[in-house]
Amino acid sequence: MGKYKTEPLKCWGKAKELRLNVYKGIARARDEGTMIVAGGTESAIALPAGFDMDFLGGEPYGASCTFAGIKDPQWSKGLMEATEAAKFPRDMCAYMRLGIGSLLEDKFVFGGPYPKPTFNLQTHICDTHGKWYQIMSDIEGVPYNVCDYVPFEWETENESEESKALKRTYLKDQMLEVIDWMEGVTGKKYDDEKFINAVNWECESTNLWARCCMENQAIPAPMDEKMMYSLYIIAVLMRQQKAAVDFYKELLDELKDRVKRGIAAFENERYRMIHDSQPPWHNLGIFRYMEEFGAVVIGAHYSFGLSGGWAYDAEQDKYLPAKPPKEAGVTLSTREEACEWYANWLLEYHTVLRSLRFSGRGKHKRIHDIIDNWNIDAVMIHLNRGCEGTAVGQMELRRYLADQGIPALTYEGNLADEREFDLPRTIDKIDTFMETVGLKKISEE
Amino acid sequence: MIADFEKIYENRHDYMKAWKEKNPDWKVLGYICSYMPEEILYAANVLPIRMFGAHEPQNVTEPHILGMFCPFCRDVLAQGLLGRYDYCDAIGITHTCKHVNQAYESMVTHKGFTHFFVPTPNKMQAKQALPYYSGILGLFKKQIEEWVGREITDDDLKRGIEIVDTNRRLMREVYETRKAEDPPISGRDSMLMVCASEMYDKVEVNKIIEDVLKNELPGRKAKDDPGIRLMILGSENDDVKFVNMVEEVGASLVIDDHCTGSRYFWNTTEPADDLLTSIADRYLKRPPCPIKDMPNRSRIPHLLGLAREWDVAGVIMIQQKFCDPHELDKVALMDAFEEAGFPTLYLELDVTVPLGPFRIRVEAFLETLGSEDLF
Repeated sequence: MGKYKTEPLKCWGKAKELRLNVYKGIARARDEGTMIVAGGTESAIALPAGFDMDFLGGEPYGASCTFAGIKDPQWSKGLMEATEAAKFPRDMCAYMRLGIGSLLEDKFVFGGPYPKPTFNLQTHICDTHGKWYQIMSDIEGVPYNVCDYVPFEWETENESEESKALKRTYLKDQMLEVIDWMEGVTGKKYDDEKFINAVNWECESTNLWARCCMENQAIPAPMDEKMMYSLYIIAVLMRQQKAAVDFYKELLDELKDRVKRGIAAFENERYRMIHDSQPPWHNLGIFRYMEEFGAVVIGAHYSFGLSGGWAYDAEQDKYLPAKPPKEAGVTLSTREEACEWYANWLLEYHTVLRSLRFSGRGKHKRIHDIIDNWNIDAVMIHLNRGCEGTAVGQMELRRYLADQGIPALTYEGNLADEREFDLPRTIDKIDTFMETVGLKKISEE
Repeated sequence: MIADFEKIYENRHDYMKAWKEKNPDWKVLGYICSYMPEEILYAANVLPIRMFGAHEPQNVTEPHILGMFCPFCRDVLAQGLLGRYDYCDAIGITHTCKHVNQAYESMVTHKGFTHFFVPTPNKMQAKQALPYYSGILGLFKKQIEEWVGREITDDDLKRGIEIVDTNRRLMREVYETRKAEDPPISGRDSMLMVCASEMYDKVEVNKIIEDVLKNELPGRKAKDDPGIRLMILGSENDDVKFVNMVEEVGASLVIDDHCTGSRYFWNTTEPADDLLTSIADRYLKRPPCPIKDMPNRSRIPHLLGLAREWDVAGVIMIQQKFCDPHELDKVALMDAFEEAGFPTLYLELDVTVPLGPFRIRVEAFLETLGSEDLF
């Protein structure tokens, strides 16, 4: 009998269905020859929503390949080797290497040949992103464009309004130009109403996901990190759609109900941790292993922020769910207004994207905010060789936490390349860490 | 004298300390990436110097930066943490890559430097980049004014532009001489010239280059037999031992594309009504770091043009290990060179270079380039 009651999430099945439908839609578009747009999912995916299209996002696709590779290595190691055989270095972004490998092998992990997009559209959120789809377009022979992303500095830097305005205008004007460009390369008319709806829904669904994360401040936490991977993915894949808003409303209601009834994600929660960077998708079992000690990872700057809109509240000195247009009392009526709002949303409220560029003092502040407000005992840091965007600043984060007296567990790996992950060594590190913080396996107590 | 470039390179810190004593009214700002708008700094009586590594093993960066980050950034950070740049009054970076960002963040955090971050655009080809970057340079100018405690006037800016552009013009002139069948200056010395320009007072270096152009290069042969003409390109490279080795085994490096080479100085500032716009425009139009070359691949025609104009037989592509920007262009560039008839050799640099194995690979490459003579 555990310390807390637990039960499965009622909307779990719906999350799986929504996720699979995205890929079914892409496969159908490929087979029927309708429009597919490809790029990073953390790009401005509401932009191409002015067309009827299916969006193929590179990062979740890479994670899917990694997961499929657990049972059949052709989808992970096989695609990596195909990329390396084509002379691409093996220390580059692991998601990118899976995407290139999939394209070169002409294999789609959800069945059939790799879908050729109508065009690629990327947002240059990290040093790899803008170049990633340049390479894909080289191979596919399809048009390519990119929006440059220069985020606002973190709050600790006290960036001036003048500087923020320059960045906002820079991104907004690029967005407007990209819309014209998309019309040019497709020969199709862009629907402003669809775009404005997509911006509203994206802001709303990412606000809702942030609110879901706020529910995890409760003890016991109603979600654990492993569950969150299957839940935040809806916003990653389709946050610009109304179906995502509806899903997160349902999830938020369910989480509130779980909190009210004291339903835990993990029945023996006694030591709350957060994770840093993406997990090793090929070995999520490490989270289950930690539960043997009563330790549960209940969130991450990454999983909170990747799909969530977070605003810094200077008065309370904390991060809160950012207000979408309607809640902020704003009506977006024109393409220009929507681009301006959208640009600001991404530059200010997308905390993960901001951390890819300014990972020092600002990220420490955000991590500390989570530690304080989510009642966190320790931080687990995945020194991630597969994503340098999230790995930047990690050693300084470890030092910062040590200075603050917050325990930190580091382990080395790669989010998508299992060849760079050592499970026995990671288990050893977890054992050592647990001993250090005085936790024994529950079964041995 | 050409030899002065090496003296500056080898004794960079001594030169700078002596320079500071002679110029007490100036401040010194150390920067890492070559996109730093030096014109504005010269205008403010701030000497910009590029921070380099020392190419020696070190044990200070591991607690701060991951081992999979590029050797250049780790080496530069090591120099900062070891106090070798303590004479700098401030440090600064422009946004180029996260490895540079990390080295900068760690130095700011642990050395307490006054610091400046210039958020350069990445999509240099975007028409929106010019108004954005001009505005950002305006804010940078204001920050520098506040720091030095005085206004930077248009005349100051013109003076700054003139100093930096003169340096660019002179180095371009030196590079032009390398088109000759018998180049008067080696690849090694050319690299040292650019490094000296980056790490010391340009006014002083300009005098040296002017003297070299006038009195030393005419009629000079860098080598009795220049051997096979090669191009070298890739990420930051100030590895003297490696470049020396290549030129000792039967080759001459006659042209390059490095940020410690032609990429740093290739174009000058074009006049415009607004001086900051003019400066911004120059940085947007310079031969780009690969990370800033999107969505179109402007580097390929530029690099093929250099290879043809300087009449090279092959290309050595080197990069700092783990340098993502250059890795991301690797395949496209190799394919473009090979298609255009320029064989390539690809090597990865670390803080220290395994000269023996590299010598074998370079010799094998040169042998393949010379194989037509055998048959």
